[in-house]
Amino acid sequence: MPQLSSPADLEQLRQEILSGRDAERPCITLCSGSACLATGSGAVAAAIAEELEKQGLSDRVDIRRTGCHGFCERGPIVVIHPEGICYLQITPEDVPEIVARTIREGEVIERLLCVDPSVNEAIVHESEIPFYKNQTRHVFGSNGSIDPKSLDDYLAIGGYSALSKALFEMSAEQVLEEVKRANLRGRGGGGFPAGRKWEGSRDAPDEPKYVIVNADEGDPGAYMDRSLLEGNPHSVLEGLIIGGYTIGAHEGYVYVRQEYPLAVENLGVAIARAEEHGLLGENILGSGFDFTVKVHQGAGAFVCGESTALMTALEGRVGEPRPKYVRSNVKGLWGKPSVLNNVETWANVPLIINRGADWFTQLGTEGSKGTKIFSLVGKINNTGLVEVPMGMTLREIIYDIGGGIPGGKKFKAVQTGGPSGGCIPEELLDLEVGFDELTEAGSMMGSGGMIVVDEDTCMVDFARYFINFLTEESCGKCLPCREGLRQMHKILTNICEGRGQPGDIETLEELSEVAIEASLCALGKSAPNPFLSTVRYFRDEYLAHIEEKRCPALSCKALISYHIDPEKCQGCMICLRKCPTQAIEGGKRTIHVIDQDKCTRCGSCLDVCPDKFSAVRKISGEPVPPPLPEAQRAIAGKGKADG
Amino acid sequence: MAELRMQIDGREVIAEEGMTVLEAALGAGIEIPSLCYHEKLEPFGGCRLCLVEVESGGRTRLVVSCVYLAEDGLVVRTRSEKIDKIRKTLLELLLAHAPDAPALQELAEEYGADRNRFEKEASFCVHCGLCVRYCAEVKQKHAVGFIDRGIGKEISFIPEIAARECPSCKECFPLCPTSYLQAAYVLVEGLAFPP
Repeated sequence: MPQLSSPADLEQLRQEILSGRDAERPCITLCSGSACLATGSGAVAAAIAEELEKQGLSDRVDIRRTGCHGFCERGPIVVIHPEGICYLQITPEDVPEIVARTIREGEVIERLLCVDPSVNEAIVHESEIPFYKNQTRHVFGSNGSIDPKSLDDYLAIGGYSALSKALFEMSAEQVLEEVKRANLRGRGGGGFPAGRKWEGSRDAPDEPKYVIVNADEGDPGAYMDRSLLEGNPHSVLEGLIIGGYTIGAHEGYVYVRQEYPLAVENLGVAIARAEEHGLLGENILGSGFDFTVKVHQGAGAFVCGESTALMTALEGRVGEPRPKYVRSNVKGLWGKPSVLNNVETWANVPLIINRGADWFTQLGTEGSKGTKIFSLVGKINNTGLVEVPMGMTLREIIYDIGGGIPGGKKFKAVQTGGPSGGCIPEELLDLEVGFDELTEAGSMMGSGGMIVVDEDTCMVDFARYFINFLTEESCGKCLPCREGLRQMHKILTNICEGRGQPGDIETLEELSEVAIEASLCALGKSAPNPFLSTVRYFRDEYLAHIEEKRCPALSCKALISYHIDPEKCQGCMICLRKCPTQAIEGGKRTIHVIDQDKCTRCGSCLDVCPDKFSAVRKISGEPVPPPLPEAQRAIAGKGKADG
Repeated sequence: MAELRMQIDGREVIAEEGMTVLEAALGAGIEIPSLCYHEKLEPFGGCRLCLVEVESGGRTRLVVSCVYLAEDGLVVRTRSEKIDKIRKTLLELLLAHAPDAPALQELAEEYGADRNRFEKEASFCVHCGLCVRYCAEVKQKHAVGFIDRGIGKEISFIPEIAARECPSCKECFPLCPTSYLQAAYVLVEGLAFPP
């Protein structure tokens, strides 16, 4: 491939690619992000290729293995173009029928379509599925239409036109001004305005300067950065090169988790293709601007997502944060001015350059502009990645896009912002999502994790879980984080196990204050959030645990008992047989009784008791009723007498 | 070298450019408690006991004086109700590990820290890192290092290096505020040193 040595070359290549493509030619796109690969997308792809071959259609139908479409709950996802027919949860067994009926005959296979549960109607087109319909997919939308390993695909959707525009039609100052006017705030957690960060580095006298992509996405349940890097790596690279041009950096780094092998692979391919075409390397597009990118794989420490720890790790040392009284955009990697932005932040840059700050700021709230990708997980019907305008309410995200809570359960809280984010209760569901709005509510935007929990989740236990995560992921350097979290975790465990004492909440609050005020980095400073937000909105649950030894959600094992209601038990023996510790006494048509000393509170009896009896119940905070005397346990002949 | 005029606890203090607030204070004979500071070592900022209040540009905030650089016109307070309360809690967290360490007892008395506030922990290392950093920065031997992270973090001698270097050195021993280092050394000596 000849190097592109001018914007005209780039446009010419783009036109060649586009003119070689027939919009009417059938194309089967198949989601091949990590989530869909896990649910069998690889086998589906092989089956499609084989079936097209078998039916003699190989040269008339394209297959495109794209990145993540977002609707991971229902993957693998197949979309058939040009019609845009969307099939969900496809297995290799479905493939022959798809090829025979949909590809050959243009028929829609009803059973593979998404069904809108609200109207119980099958939906043919991807764009009409409620999960997608209510989103605004500016950054993430291209994932579904391009093969991440193909530069041609990226060029076909206008790729690298922003880079060309920045290099040839705009000065670095103008690019900076545009990003500042767009008020693009960091998508990785802090929400710091990217333009101001860039400006600080640009103005810093030291050389050389660096631009870095933070792809050390460590929040449990969050995977938007992975999906962007896997599905559209060129968009991140293009943003990074523009950032380098703006601040005067000629080297960029991508710090990516080792646990993201596909992202590393696709990024590596993207870098190689961009270099071959003169979009990276020396004299990019003939502009005179040189820029190279290196990929660095992290070793799995959560704290390395923190900017100074990440830079320390990039330098080849133990990934521990360092004091940043001098900001890292002035004194960062190797002590030089370094701009670190998150994957999603970088991917927004080409959009801003192409369409302008005015376009970008049309969406959003006062302080938060544009869109944000969230990873919607937990007790939610439509698990997946969603991109929405800033300012959409939590209710819209959870109910209109997420499809609400499964199993008829009641919503309890949504945890935003990762492990050190906070829980937002039902009464705040109409909160508009934005950096400042979430912080005010005691949580944070973080990188965009959203974990939904229902009435069965104990909020004390939930806080304990996240504090435990942070205890293990703290780097252990500074005292308030390492020791403060250790003690907080102990106290929370005591509360969950019925050993809570009056004064525990106050001690937790004091430890939180010390961690916030005195910790070295953002991990420690934000670590108390899971406790602080749950005690703010669910204080009664803490008090119930401490004062009454009761778990209102009936979740903390040490505080609950299982009891078989003698009025309802039909002596069917199902639970008795299922109990792993033989804790249930009884016999056929004899009321069953749980021996509380043997019971391990595994809940099997409750799970297996037939719905028509519903004889097993969980109780907490009250004594277990004494068992019936053995003489009274026989169940009198209702209906047919047995035997 | 530029002279920086600062005020620490109401006293005029002159510092040199590049000095930390802690160094400036110590130079003027003003005490700020710290467990991880050592004049021969790079600032660490681990124990956080040396946090102080600084006022500059009309803003007051808490900073850690061993890593915060002196500035001209900076107003520093080394004690306040808030600082004392944080130091008290930090000491109580440390006392869960090393209740009998003299350095901690002295500070505990000054700040009214309760040595029994938190349940005792098995390890009495306070993670000041003096041994690790002294061996790395001054001796350049790296015979002792940190392993693991979070609450699992601990110091550990590297047997191969320690067997070679430590018997004739042991300069880190007097630095340890809790004698945990000596215990770790005895252990590695018993387990890994050739007879």
